Amino acid sequence: MAAVTELDPLEVARSLFRDQPAGFPYENFDLEELILPEDDDMGIRSDEDEEEEEELETETGFGSVIVVDCLPVVPEDKHEKLANVLKKIYSQIGNVREGGIFMPKDANNMSKGFAFVEFFSPQEAQAARAQTDGYKLDKNHTFKVSMFDDFDRYAKVPDVYAAPEIKEYSAAENLHSWMLDKLSRDQFAIKYGDEVVVMWNDGRRFRSEEAYKRTYWTESFVQWSPMGNYLATMHRQGVAVWGGPSFQRLARYSHQNVQLIEFSPAEKYLMTYSSIEPTNPREKVQVALNVFDTRSGKKLRIFAGNMEDYAIGSSAGPGGALRWPIFKWAGGLEDKYFARLAKGAIKIYETPEMTQLDKKDLKLEGVQDFEWSPAEPLLAAYTQEVGDRPANITLYRIPERTNVRSKQLFNVSDVKIFWHPQGDYLAVKVDRFTKTKKSTYTGFELFSIREKDIPMDVLELPNKSEKVLSFAWEPKGHRFALVHGDSARPSVSFYSMKDDKGKLGVKHLGTLANKACNGIHWSPMGHNIVLSGLKALNGQLEFFNVDEFEVLAAAEHFMATDVEWDPTGRYVASSVTSIHQMENGFNMWSFNGKLLYTMPRDRFGQLSWRPRVPSLLPREKEEEIRKGLKEYSRRYDEEDEALLLQADADVLQERAKQQEEWDAAAAARQEYAAQLRAFYEATYGEAAKEKEYSMTTVVVEQLLDVREEPYNA
Amino acid sequence: MRPYLLKGHERPLTQVKYNAEGDLLVSCAKNLQPCLWYADDGRRVGTYEGHNGAVWTCDFTLDSSRLITSSADQTVRVWNLPTGQELHQIRMNEPCRACHLSVGEQLLAFTTDSFMGSPPQLHLVDMDLQDFGERQGSAPKASYTAPKGRITRVYFTDCNRQLITSHDGGWVRRWDTETGDMLQEVQVHEDAIQDMQVSPDGSYVITASLDKTAKLVDIASLETLKTYKTGRFVQSAAISPLYDHVLLGGGQDASQVTTTSAKAGGFEARFYHKVYAEEFGNVRGHFGPINSVAFAPDGRSFTTGGEDGYVRIHHFDMDYFTTRFF
Repeated sequence: MAAVTELDPLEVARSLFRDQPAGFPYENFDLEELILPEDDDMGIRSDEDEEEEEELETETGFGSVIVVDCLPVVPEDKHEKLANVLKKIYSQIGNVREGGIFMPKDANNMSKGFAFVEFFSPQEAQAARAQTDGYKLDKNHTFKVSMFDDFDRYAKVPDVYAAPEIKEYSAAENLHSWMLDKLSRDQFAIKYGDEVVVMWNDGRRFRSEEAYKRTYWTESFVQWSPMGNYLATMHRQGVAVWGGPSFQRLARYSHQNVQLIEFSPAEKYLMTYSSIEPTNPREKVQVALNVFDTRSGKKLRIFAGNMEDYAIGSSAGPGGALRWPIFKWAGGLEDKYFARLAKGAIKIYETPEMTQLDKKDLKLEGVQDFEWSPAEPLLAAYTQEVGDRPANITLYRIPERTNVRSKQLFNVSDVKIFWHPQGDYLAVKVDRFTKTKKSTYTGFELFSIREKDIPMDVLELPNKSEKVLSFAWEPKGHRFALVHGDSARPSVSFYSMKDDKGKLGVKHLGTLANKACNGIHWSPMGHNIVLSGLKALNGQLEFFNVDEFEVLAAAEHFMATDVEWDPTGRYVASSVTSIHQMENGFNMWSFNGKLLYTMPRDRFGQLSWRPRVPSLLPREKEEEIRKGLKEYSRRYDEEDEALLLQADADVLQERAKQQEEWDAAAAARQEYAAQLRAFYEATYGEAAKEKEYSMTTVVVEQLLDVREEPYNA
Repeated sequence: MRPYLLKGHERPLTQVKYNAEGDLLVSCAKNLQPCLWYADDGRRVGTYEGHNGAVWTCDFTLDSSRLITSSADQTVRVWNLPTGQELHQIRMNEPCRACHLSVGEQLLAFTTDSFMGSPPQLHLVDMDLQDFGERQGSAPKASYTAPKGRITRVYFTDCNRQLITSHDGGWVRRWDTETGDMLQEVQVHEDAIQDMQVSPDGSYVITASLDKTAKLVDIASLETLKTYKTGRFVQSAAISPLYDHVLLGGGQDASQVTTTSAKAGGFEARFYHKVYAEEFGNVRGHFGPINSVAFAPDGRSFTTGGEDGYVRIHHFDMDYFTTRFF
């Protein structure tokens, strides 16, 4: 038994007293006292027994113990306090065994900065590890949590350092390559049948060109990242992103049965979502969300839980379903914060730590909805009216959590929040109860975010009983459009937030009455808008210029289900997806409503324009270019002309080629046809000679009956 | 364009067909009486009464003296075309679908659907169409069994030495007339072929399929020459004898028609350029899917028959002949 003394005392104690209550102070044992009499093992396995089996035992025995490292080092009198803190943290996650928290001490009775926590089950321990690894206790102490059993594994790490193989550097492809197109064309992805095709929209030549095509690329849909650098494809095992001129795979994100994804605005992070239907109907639907680093593919954070904890307020769809996205990313290109609704609070998380901002919720009693400004970490939250407490719209600046603007509302039935795409304005659509509480009417509260103290305007429709069907801000502008009235022939009204002299104040620009329209689509550059009557209205499209207040063109894409502007505001694609049985495919229009080309494709799934990397030009410069457009465009007219001529030539050439091929094939069939003809003539003889038919009228008189009858005068 | 709207059937049309000269037109429908019309002005000459089931297809003799009809009442009948008198019938135990006379009119090929356990079959009958005496065979002289799936059309090709058939499931097959051996089979379409018509020179066929395309297929090699994508079900397709044009008819499935607006159906007859496979025109009129289209043998008019029970004869205007469409 000499060897015993060379063993790690802890190890031995552990294997000998595996049934001790949790927190058993192994370390203070004098090993010598443990040596048993000869030939009596008292039911304890001796060292001679098979080592392998022993290891196995060890692994399972401590599966429910975790080791929490990086704790503060505290003197004895504070031990209990720290233990209580740990207990509080971990009993939220699982059942900690009675006395299951143990903190070793050194000779001076100072804690050693780590602790063991034992749970009732290994599952709880796993969950605790996953959830609290990286937990921030305070500024200086971030938990480092490991499974106890993992120490075994780490002990097996070889002592000699073997340098990892250095991977050959392979130059990555330029992800921005599509922005360098000489003809400044845009790309879009379409999915039909089992094919996904990325196409160049060559609107100037009335056609599109294939950039990349792949069969069975995705199992459900494809999605561009917000800046267009990545194309995400969905698979049973997870998500993959592709990019560069040859659409190489850039990263994979493992998430079984992933259903939905969301990129952060600057595409640094990717959130994936799946829900798990329980096999037992009494159990609750589980959701799992993963946050990945887009570039490295590393999983940064897991959110998991019951669906009902996530389906709160505006995140809840009909029937307790979730409304995507659950987590909303703060605006701007920082990707610093993301948040979700919880009961009576908004949970805000910060990156790259992926932990809750300041470790606490933004408590808001009765919060039902919130939206981030698309431009900055500023969020607008709506809290419900309960009893005497009025409903509230509040703007919070994050991370300070300062309340920058607040507005109380009364008799509210529902509220919708619409941010201006550049974050300049905020519109809040408020449905209020009438005095009788039997019906509601709609009004808008409009905030001007960029002005001092964020002034607010109120807009009410001239006819209060009208329903508002949709609302949309003009991108890069000061105007907005809304569709109101009864749903069959509603009206479309335009308003401006500024008058001609740039003074603030809501101004009515005009109303188009009696439109077959149920959707409004602003050009991403503003100024132009497409009024669409989709689905039930058979695909009416009206191209409208708001500056001149004139209809540019009215058209129809029969049965169209979707309308999408390209990111430059030059083209509009309308498509019929496979929810209809026939006429699937898309039509491409110019911004002024000229049909450029059509592409019928059976089982058409989607059309998505590839977003562009945000312009580096400041807004003033863009406006300047717009004003001098005539000057600039002259330069391109000639180029356009040449392109058109070339396009015509291409079509003719293609046709000539097809005709040539056909003629060649027809010549090859000539002999066969002649043989048939000869046989035909030989068989029928004279009758085979083709003859013109002629109509001759033949009068045939037929005597049916002759009868004599007496004449009665 | 002067369309004649012919109302001779209360039930959906199954086939419209011109005789060799192009002065007569026969329409078959799911009601019991095929109709004979003057192709020029749409006057009805008469009907053929005797069938007791939907009439699927018909065929003429070259001299327009006899009409062959095959029907779901399990008979193929031969009629005196000018008088409407029934001359002969072949009784089977299965619904009869497609029929075609050989060159020389000594042989009749027709197909039966699979029914009550019997497989789909191709039958050949000896015919003497001028004299229906004692010797006239009322039973097939040969029957060939086809793989599962309805045989929708049959034609004699290659100087009567071969038969070409189109099938459910998109197959086109070639058979040896004498032995009944299947010589070649190609799955041309992804879904059922509803109609197949032979080109004027007999060297290729056009197929119309529920996979929303029509195709030109070489008759000797069964190679696909051209594909016409339409985005809607194609029930019938015809080749112009005059120009490089093809005519396609079809539209939304009849069972779905009432669920959407009339325009949603896509019931237009559509013209495609045969070589460029580009659509250049369409003719509206039917309010149900078009089940059958046919070009007049001179190519100066065409006829469509619809699920709505109407037959429409269209004579082209002058500008069809003068316009350069491409």
